[in-house]
Amino acid sequence: MKAMLLAAGAAALLTAGCGTRTDNGAAPDQAAAAQKITGAGSTFVYPVLAAWSADYAKQTGAAVNYQSIGSGGGVSQIKAGTVDFGATDQPLEPAELAESGLAQFPVVIGGVVPVVNVPGIAPGKLRLTGPVLADIYAGKVKKWNDPAIGTINTGVTLPNADIAVVHRSDGSGTSFNFTHYLSQVSPAWKAGPGEGKSVDWPVGVGGKGNEGVAGYVKQIPNSIGYVEYAYVLQNGMAFAQLQNAAGNFVSPSAESFQAAAASADWKNAKDFFLVMTNAPGANAYPITATTFVLMHRQPKDKARSDAALSFFRWALKDGQGQAQKLDYVPLPADLVGQIEGYIGASIK
Amino acid sequence: MSTPPTAAPRSGAGADRAFELVTAGAAWLVLILLGSIAASMAWGGRLAFETFGWQFIVSREWDAVGGRFGALVPIYGTVVTSFLALLLAVPVSIGIALFLTDIAPRWMRGPIGIAIELLAAIPSIIYGMWGLFVFAPFMAAHVEPWLSEHLGPLPVIGALFVGPPIGIGMLTAGIVLGIMIIPFISTVARDVFNAVPPQLKEAAVALGSTRWEILSRVTLPYTRSAIIGAIFLGLGRALGETMAVTFVLGNAHDLSLSLLMPSNSIAAAIANEFTEADTELYRSSLIALALLLFLVTFLVLTAAKLMLMRIGRVQGRTH
Repeated sequence: MKAMLLAAGAAALLTAGCGTRTDNGAAPDQAAAAQKITGAGSTFVYPVLAAWSADYAKQTGAAVNYQSIGSGGGVSQIKAGTVDFGATDQPLEPAELAESGLAQFPVVIGGVVPVVNVPGIAPGKLRLTGPVLADIYAGKVKKWNDPAIGTINTGVTLPNADIAVVHRSDGSGTSFNFTHYLSQVSPAWKAGPGEGKSVDWPVGVGGKGNEGVAGYVKQIPNSIGYVEYAYVLQNGMAFAQLQNAAGNFVSPSAESFQAAAASADWKNAKDFFLVMTNAPGANAYPITATTFVLMHRQPKDKARSDAALSFFRWALKDGQGQAQKLDYVPLPADLVGQIEGYIGASIK
Repeated sequence: MSTPPTAAPRSGAGADRAFELVTAGAAWLVLILLGSIAASMAWGGRLAFETFGWQFIVSREWDAVGGRFGALVPIYGTVVTSFLALLLAVPVSIGIALFLTDIAPRWMRGPIGIAIELLAAIPSIIYGMWGLFVFAPFMAAHVEPWLSEHLGPLPVIGALFVGPPIGIGMLTAGIVLGIMIIPFISTVARDVFNAVPPQLKEAAVALGSTRWEILSRVTLPYTRSAIIGAIFLGLGRALGETMAVTFVLGNAHDLSLSLLMPSNSIAAAIANEFTEADTELYRSSLIALALLLFLVTFLVLTAAKLMLMRIGRVQGRTH
């Protein structure tokens, strides 16, 4: 019960915070005509959405109130019709979208990055393949000097120490993308824990949120975890290179995320139902992820829906520089074109 | 002046009646709230109970992908960490209270008393962050390697101290919880020790008792029921603590005998997973967990009451 109260309190605080900020941003003469757009969902996209809504309010006076309550919450809120848009890190299937009358499109790209804390290993010096990563998280590879890791890391001295595995304790889109990737590269993982926002982890400790996992990995020697790319940069963590589907070892970067987005087959993905993990491009980073926006195809309040759409049109065009500043990766230009066509065709 | 004197008692009786109704209403409100909270949790958790039956309480599985949920690990983690907390907090708190009432020089009592009350005012998230950033690394570097090296090989209790020293787990969570409940137990204990009639202690001194004898034969027997009440107050808080435990317990649905291993607690599991519980069954299982925590707390408090009643009867016989 205490937890529910906490959650309710946090939501109330968030709402209050967003309200005041966007109100201050609006110029007095525009405020009267301003639309109030509400959204809820993914925590991953919250920093960039907050920055976008502040900029957008300054330019147009339209206030966007976004509550980062988690992807699952975003999906149920938009289905219930309490918000103008929802945001989720896990795309919905076209059948589910059709059933609830929703449209879906991506807005921003990020990546999930394995990070390690092994004495003597600098950022980017450790190489991992998908199957080895899956075996570490399954508890099959237990020591850092296991031959499975040694053969792909010739010249790197790895200690004879137990691997301390760190995962997310809360349900999250980050975990979804990570386990989705592991399921693609390891049949054993797919048959065992599987993919989802929270799975039955065979080993390890759970940290709450990206900051919790980052904190654990920094505190625990010989540990491995996975966090969003922005946390790697902000905390200067030792990331590992990952082998992609083309067989190359790539580091996480804006370029390798964009390479993944460009090589993914968006053209044939109905309702953009596509998880970009294990993308085929030669330089594609294998655990690249997108946040999707959900909106009603036939909104009850057309004015508010139109206001939300012009906000996202603006964000996809003018907001990408702001996204880059916050360590997100802009969508490739032809994908933006495809999204604009989709919005025009499917949302009335 | 214009009011006739006879009207005063009549209006007084009315006011009395109204006052009685208001106080009774306040008391009933608590009972109604308690009852409806329990009922709404039972209703919210009915899907989990219907689906899993008794398996929900004895199963150690917690698999959101496969839709199989069992509460054994969170219940175990909650009970073990709270027990560890009591193991640490009870002797320390009673020590603090005795020192403050009987041993410390008068000028020291105020500052130490205030310091302890301030400990109670620290938000639990601060304890959690301290636990994660300061205490867990200390445990990992100094305490846990020693424990697993020296106590790990021993028979029977050795099983409690095996595993990699990562600093995150039931032992660390239990100690942090213990520190959090010390102020609750020690403040109550200090107040009841102060309430022991000085004549009793003076009589004991006159009979040549040592400090230890005064404590064990006069102070503790005299205050036993209040001290047990204070301990259960602390236990109630430890059982329901969320944020601090989430930070240092490891939040892993693993059942392990070793205190160095991560586990999960009911409150931490709910706080962690409620926002993204996207299926009916998942959400229902979390609400069912909440009901179980409610029941565990209720059972603990009932046990405390029964214990107090037994003590009352025993004392009634001997006196």
